[in-house]
Amino acid sequence: MFDICELHEPETLLEAKRIFNADPGLKVIAGGTDVLIRMQHGGLAGAGLLSLRNLHELEEIQLLGDGTLSVGAMAPFAQIFQSELIQKLVPILGEAAVSMGGPQVRNVATIGGNLCNGAVSADSASTLFALDALLKLQTLDSERIIPMKDFYAGPGKVNLLPGELLVAILIPREGYEGMGGHYIKFAPRKAMDIATLGVAALCRIKDNCFQELRIGLGVAAPVPVRCFEAEAYAQGREVTLETVQEIARLALKPAKARSSWRASKEYREHLIEVLAQRAVAEAVKRAGGCCADEK
Amino acid sequence: MDHKVVGKSTQRLDAVAKVTGRAQYTDDFFERDMLVGKVLRSPHAHAKVLRIDATKAKALPGVVAVITPADLPTIKFATAGHPWSLDPGHRDVEDRLILTDKARFVGDAIAAVVAEDLLTAEKALHLIEVEYEVLPHVLTAEDAMAEGAPVLHENRPGNIVSSFGVSFGDVEKDFEAADRIIEGDYETSIVQHCHIESMSAFAFVDSDGRVVVNSSTQIPHIVRRIVAQALGLSWGRVKVIKPFIGGGFGNKQDVVVEPLTAAMSLAAGGRPVRYCMTREEVFIDTRTRHGMKLHLKTAVSNEGVLQGIHMQVLSNTGAYASHGHSIAMSAGGKFRPLYNFRSIKYEPKTVYTNLPVAGAMRGYGTPQIFFALESHLDDIAREMNLDPVALRQKNLITVGHMDPLSKNVVRSFGVPQCLEKGLELIRWDEKRKAHKGQTGPRRRGLGMAAFAYASGTHPVALELAGARIVMNQDGSVTLQVGATEIGQGSDTVFGQITAETLGLPADMVHVVTTQDTDITPFDSGAYASRQTFVTGIAVRKAALEVREKVLAVAARRSGLSPAEMDIRDRQIVETSLGRVICSLADVAMDSYYDRILAAPITSDTSANVRINAMSYGATFVEVEVDLETGRVEVLELWNIHDSGTIINPKLAEGQVHGGVSMSLGAALLEQMLFDPVTGKPLNPNLLDYKLPTILDTPTINAAFVETFDAAGTFGSKSLGECPVISPAPAVRNAVLDATGVAFHKIPLYPQVVFEKFREVGLIPDRQAERSVQHV
Ligand SMILES: Cc1cc2nc3c(=O)[nH]c(=O)nc-3n(C[C@H](O)[C@H](O)[C@H](O)COP(=O)(O)OP(=O)(O)OC[C@H]3O[C@@H](n4cnc5c(N)ncnc54)[C@H](O)[C@@H]3O)c2cc1C
Repeated sequence: MFDICELHEPETLLEAKRIFNADPGLKVIAGGTDVLIRMQHGGLAGAGLLSLRNLHELEEIQLLGDGTLSVGAMAPFAQIFQSELIQKLVPILGEAAVSMGGPQVRNVATIGGNLCNGAVSADSASTLFALDALLKLQTLDSERIIPMKDFYAGPGKVNLLPGELLVAILIPREGYEGMGGHYIKFAPRKAMDIATLGVAALCRIKDNCFQELRIGLGVAAPVPVRCFEAEAYAQGREVTLETVQEIARLALKPAKARSSWRASKEYREHLIEVLAQRAVAEAVKRAGGCCADEK
Repeated sequence: MDHKVVGKSTQRLDAVAKVTGRAQYTDDFFERDMLVGKVLRSPHAHAKVLRIDATKAKALPGVVAVITPADLPTIKFATAGHPWSLDPGHRDVEDRLILTDKARFVGDAIAAVVAEDLLTAEKALHLIEVEYEVLPHVLTAEDAMAEGAPVLHENRPGNIVSSFGVSFGDVEKDFEAADRIIEGDYETSIVQHCHIESMSAFAFVDSDGRVVVNSSTQIPHIVRRIVAQALGLSWGRVKVIKPFIGGGFGNKQDVVVEPLTAAMSLAAGGRPVRYCMTREEVFIDTRTRHGMKLHLKTAVSNEGVLQGIHMQVLSNTGAYASHGHSIAMSAGGKFRPLYNFRSIKYEPKTVYTNLPVAGAMRGYGTPQIFFALESHLDDIAREMNLDPVALRQKNLITVGHMDPLSKNVVRSFGVPQCLEKGLELIRWDEKRKAHKGQTGPRRRGLGMAAFAYASGTHPVALELAGARIVMNQDGSVTLQVGATEIGQGSDTVFGQITAETLGLPADMVHVVTTQDTDITPFDSGAYASRQTFVTGIAVRKAALEVREKVLAVAARRSGLSPAEMDIRDRQIVETSLGRVICSLADVAMDSYYDRILAAPITSDTSANVRINAMSYGATFVEVEVDLETGRVEVLELWNIHDSGTIINPKLAEGQVHGGVSMSLGAALLEQMLFDPVTGKPLNPNLLDYKLPTILDTPTINAAFVETFDAAGTFGSKSLGECPVISPAPAVRNAVLDATGVAFHKIPLYPQVVFEKFREVGLIPDRQAERSVQHV
């Protein structure tokens, strides 16, 4: 039983924006897989909810004229990992999507909710970060498009203005084209679990050299981070075991791991290095490269 | 033996009802004017309640009653689901009140609210003001036994619930004369049952003024007694109904929510009140599996003959005794009839601490003992350079072995065959060879562990079971048992035993699955893997009585003596000729409607079973260890059993799947964690408590070595708890084989494994190495 005092279920985005504009105190609910958990044990007591469930216009996954892949904020993860466009253009996002929860959760949990919830463990966040994704945000009378790094404000905090909704996630052509990628979610369980660490690696390889490398980490710091030092180091270098090891070592730079009863700082840092190495090695393989001295 | 129904995988009687959602569980029943109950829990691990002010809560519209300890009888009662003992010296520990005026763990129930809906009840909880005097608390058994430790229960000043040990032979002499003495320490963590269906009950006062409790319980007849005892009612004034159950695993072999639910209804003038725990409450205030620390010391000859063993067990039972006093003791009996020790000294200590209450859980202490013993045997084998399987084979008891203490006799013993089968199924020798000289970050290894278990509790406790059969007009029968179907499939098995005995197809035995203490025969319930073995004997007895009565009617018709006839496939036949005399339905119709001789054919009987049968088995497993992440993956697993005749292979396999997954969870992932300073639970939910999902569960292979045990119905022995005993040590031994690292505590949680590997230098400390290089 939830302590809810009102529920709005608009049929169009415009109507939703109007309602939200009139009452920015409403709590937005998409799939509800984070919101309803928060409402347990008296949380968000007496909340008024603005449900986006009927906004089917926000579920679309489409390729725009300029090659940008647009993923609607209300697209549930089951739809994402089954989408042909995603499988073809950004299979790494499919990998991240299918690592989420279990089948029931993936059927209702949306990618927009995953980002707006602001959790550092969000499985889509590190991947979207590595893909250089942009977020399209709208209020009733404004629109802005911002990069991932400007969205995260702190643990569990995101930069949403009063009355603002996430409408779509935009992955520009340069973000994905010709890239091989791999997402590793490390968690005690293989399903229904929150990542101890998430590593997303994407690279473009030419003549067995890194033309570009991007690494996103989840649960390595208070917000999802990119490994810019590691990425810069890789630039133009030949793919060898030593290079990949050094990349993995540099991937630690942005990490601000903390000890908690869930995992120690030492273990998390060890995992970052081990899994960054594995993720990059696999991404290289998928990008057509070859880590020669790897057996 | 040539059976028609027994030994066949007949369909579960409740299969269709369950998959179509027609089966009704406690929460599916609604009474008119039903209220809900909620509980206020202590935020302190140990605190005296000085004052409770419920004025504001009571004033909240929609609140019907607020209950505090002062409103309830001050009768301390025992909660363990055991048969009552007429001997006061053998009774369970009476240390509990329905609501307590002294909190002994974080979450102890202090007050309760009855309200018109859940939200109102929850709000009312916040309005109850409680003043506590916080007391120092203890979380480990060692601390609880230390001098000057805070005392949980005034009548147990040392916090020791029980320290009753046993021994035979002269272990000290064996140590003196031994070639080798090998010692080891082992530890298991606190885990929980995680049955899908919560703890749930509802209660009301019926038109006769009796208290009716509907509950998801394994032990309806015991619940009736304990509700009456706790509330100071005459036992006959309480009636308990058990509908379908979504799992119990021992947690519901205890009386947890029922006395409080009944008290809630009484406080609300007898209106129906439902009290259904949240998952968090189930974690905190039901029961857990005892975390145990074990020290094993073993005398071995140079040839690998096990001579004497001294086993010291420290068992943390949490804040109230529940089954604590009996579990360590009981487990000490189960491990004995397996290896041929000349001397055994078993010294358990069960200690109160300010943690949630430990109680019965599948295996009843035996998984902990065998984790230690089977790990220890592998450690011995390694130290003495012996093959671990050969070490076990060399030391097995044989048929005819009598336990010197319980006097239980081993009438069937399939362990040698289980071991042979395991070696073959997992291709032990071949894989051993393939694993030689592995390098790289992923290493494979093989492990195994054996176990022994019992069928029921004889000679420790009463083993009484009731069965009632009524033959219907069409020759079908309706069977009632006092035993409790909780998902394990016992009703189906009882149906099979009845069908086999009466020459009926399985679908002509109707088993009443709902238990109602007013109606169903007396039986102490589902625990100790006792139902097929103990209740099976009662069912068989009832079916034989019906058979006798059927043949007596047939004798009247045919003029033959009953001894010359048999029932085969719904017909009465003259045995020597195979000639059909009449149908079973003809006999049934006579029994109902013959104008002179009519007397419906029924049996209402019970069996007081004063014998036991040891069950056995082993697990063989192959694992792969990721040295860099500390993750252990089970690649192949065989869980092999000697449970005598298998009455229903499909259901037996189901028991294996559930038990193995439970043991793998304990071996690799599951553990209840508490803040070491405050004693607050850290992970009382299914996100943070890592119950394995189906993706974490490898293919579980079951195999059976079917011996015949003369004590059991159709040669059967227990199986319910057996599968949960040997997988954990087998996995631990496989990790030892793969990496050379002996772990002494489960779960082998990735971080723990990583830390150990780093400690022994199996994985380099990359950062430390670099800082050295850079100096
Ligand atoms: C059993 C279970 C397993 C889970 N497993 C995982 C997992 O493996 N990995 C993982 O990352 N997460 C997991 N989660 C968390 C959760 O499912 C995800 O974060 C999910 O993507 C949230 O999406 P939702 O649509 O349910 O969001 P909601 O719960 O509806 O909303 C989440 C937050 O986002 C806001 N919001 C939602 N949509 C918008 C929008 N369009 N514009 C502005 N604000 C918005 C809401 O106000 C709220 O604050 C799990 C949850 C459960 C219950």
